[in-house]
Amino acid sequence: MFAMIIRRMVQLVFLLIGITFIVFMAMHIAPGDPASIIGGPTATKTDIIQIRERLGLDRPIIIQYLDYLNGLLHGDLGISFQTNRSVAEEIWIRLPNTVNLAVASVIVSILIGIPLGIISALKRNSWLDVFSTTVSLGGISVPHFWLGAIFILIFAVHLKWLPVGGLHAPFWTPQGFKEIILPAITLGTGSAAMTARMTRSAMLEIIRADFVRTARAKGVKERAVIWVHCLRNAMIPVVTVIGLNFGGLLGGTIITEQVFAINGVGRLMIESISARDFPMVQGGVLLIATIFVVINLLVDIVYALIDPRINYD
Amino acid sequence: MAEEVLRVKDLEVQFKTAEGYLSAVRGISFNLKKGETVCVVGESGCGKSISALSIMGLLPANGRIANGEIWFDGKDLVKLRQDEIQKIRGNDISMIFQEPMTALNPVFTIGFQLCEPLRIHQNLNKTVAAKKAVELLKQVGISEPERRMKQYPHELSGGMRQRVMIAIALACEPKILIADEPTTALDVTIQAQILDLLNELKQKFNTSVIMITHDMGVVAEVADRVIVMYAGEVVEEGDVETIFNDPQHPYTQGLLASVPNVDREQEELTAIPGSMPSLNEKIEGCRFHPRCPFATEKCKLQHPSMTMIGNHKVRCWLKGGQVSDDNINSQRDAL
Ligand SMILES: Nc1ncnc2c1ncn2[C@@H]1O[C@H](COP(=O)(O)OP(=O)(O)OP(=O)(O)O)[C@@H](O)[C@H]1O
Ligand SMILES: [Mg+2]
Repeated sequence: MFAMIIRRMVQLVFLLIGITFIVFMAMHIAPGDPASIIGGPTATKTDIIQIRERLGLDRPIIIQYLDYLNGLLHGDLGISFQTNRSVAEEIWIRLPNTVNLAVASVIVSILIGIPLGIISALKRNSWLDVFSTTVSLGGISVPHFWLGAIFILIFAVHLKWLPVGGLHAPFWTPQGFKEIILPAITLGTGSAAMTARMTRSAMLEIIRADFVRTARAKGVKERAVIWVHCLRNAMIPVVTVIGLNFGGLLGGTIITEQVFAINGVGRLMIESISARDFPMVQGGVLLIATIFVVINLLVDIVYALIDPRINYD
Repeated sequence: MAEEVLRVKDLEVQFKTAEGYLSAVRGISFNLKKGETVCVVGESGCGKSISALSIMGLLPANGRIANGEIWFDGKDLVKLRQDEIQKIRGNDISMIFQEPMTALNPVFTIGFQLCEPLRIHQNLNKTVAAKKAVELLKQVGISEPERRMKQYPHELSGGMRQRVMIAIALACEPKILIADEPTTALDVTIQAQILDLLNELKQKFNTSVIMITHDMGVVAEVADRVIVMYAGEVVEEGDVETIFNDPQHPYTQGLLASVPNVDREQEELTAIPGSMPSLNEKIEGCRFHPRCPFATEKCKLQHPSMTMIGNHKVRCWLKGGQVSDDNINSQRDAL
């Protein structure tokens, strides 16, 4: 297990170098000049040349890239073109909001998805099953921004139960909880639906397994047959889906933060992309990629904890 | 005569299929005495496992007991509620299955799975149950039992897993052990060891055993009495000597003739021609007549009932069978 973690970490380094290269090139090749955006509409040609020099954009692109990599190796993500503050700092300020949102959404998707899937499987073909599979299908197909807007309209504007937007506290505090409900459900619905579908099919398969019959033959109560003998086995594929969903969820934070006016990394990314704030975008992408890889590593570790047949050494 | 521990009467099991309810077991009756081993034999699909699962109350979701009684300990198991039969399963009546490779839960330790029946039925706490589990593993011939307790099923061979299954089944010293082809999936030397173990433990605890098999060699080794099933019916029943030395039903004779025998090496093996009818096939008269070399007109038209011949029972017109109406009943229910 330990060897596996080290191996993954080494892989991560190479992966991140690859990602920086792609993002770096993509940003520089894409149309739109950061200098003219910073200079504004009134800037003269010389102003812009000066700005380019100040930002180091006049040098050959390979030199710029190597320079950036060199900074990275020293833990320096660079300086934002827009705010002239350190990229790391800008991201660091907003990270808690995004983490809050992502974690709350994963919790929502687990709390809704797994019980829904189990009920569906146990009451197969009942109206409850039909209802939940239909809702799941809907949950997968509905786009975030639409769902978010509808939620705001109903629960914030009309019913006035919950705030329209903003996030100013962690989700486990009363204020944070109220603020996070709508965004977390908006973002978590899709992955709750996928989790429910996966749980249902995994449970249906496991319930027919020989060892479930053995458990019943031992006199194990039906409740324990399901919650002890079946569930742990069924969770093996479900954990994969939750891990994979996390990637989509991180992407989803960008839109959800926008809709709910949450000052997080996602929103920062949108602003930075339109401002051609190269270092900021690169920093954000690096962060998201790292989180993604770490989450997948965690999934593999959880795997080994659930399934004793898995041995990474 | 030893006391009777189980009596199955007119058991009929049906499955819900696209064609409606079809009977897989058609009114079987038998009893089981204390300390006795009854072997249930018959070709694949004749309803052996389904009969056994009915006793355990573990029929597949699309199956139902349409008729009949299963008497155990003064109770008709057919009429018990789920929670009542749960108290009997694994406690008074246990079952082991054909496939040791998949019969144990892959994500729990041997110790956990072995302690489960002890904790459920005997209310033992963790430490006491674990102690007893180690004892049980020793009894079924597993080396280093303390270490095995912490291992997972995938770390054990097929033979070892079947030993663990036996330990689980015998944990609460059940009155009845149902073994559904417990050695079929194992290789020959292991088969013999497992049979010896079952025999030894059975004698020690005076357990009654229902052994399902289609291996006549196994029957010869363990059976006191034999029940021969064909297409959902019992066609012959008798003690093991009579069945082997004086089989009456043409189907039993066919089964025995298809067993390789070192004494008759030169002879050809005679398999029974044709195959078992499927559930949806309607057969008038004796259910075996399409495959029977001796079938007469009467066999094609009328269903024979069980007749006593000496000390065994047989369902055959050639052996003085009587007209029965139980087949008519099951045909009606199937519609
Ligand atoms: N869930 C089910 N739905 C429909 N038919 C079933 C079901 N389970 C078993 N059957 C049918 O019931 C009949 C009896 O099956 P059973 O498993 O008792 O056979 P068996 O005598 O144990 O055979 P084998 O030696 O192969 O184990 C078979 O024809 C089988 O196809
Ligand atoms: Mg069977």
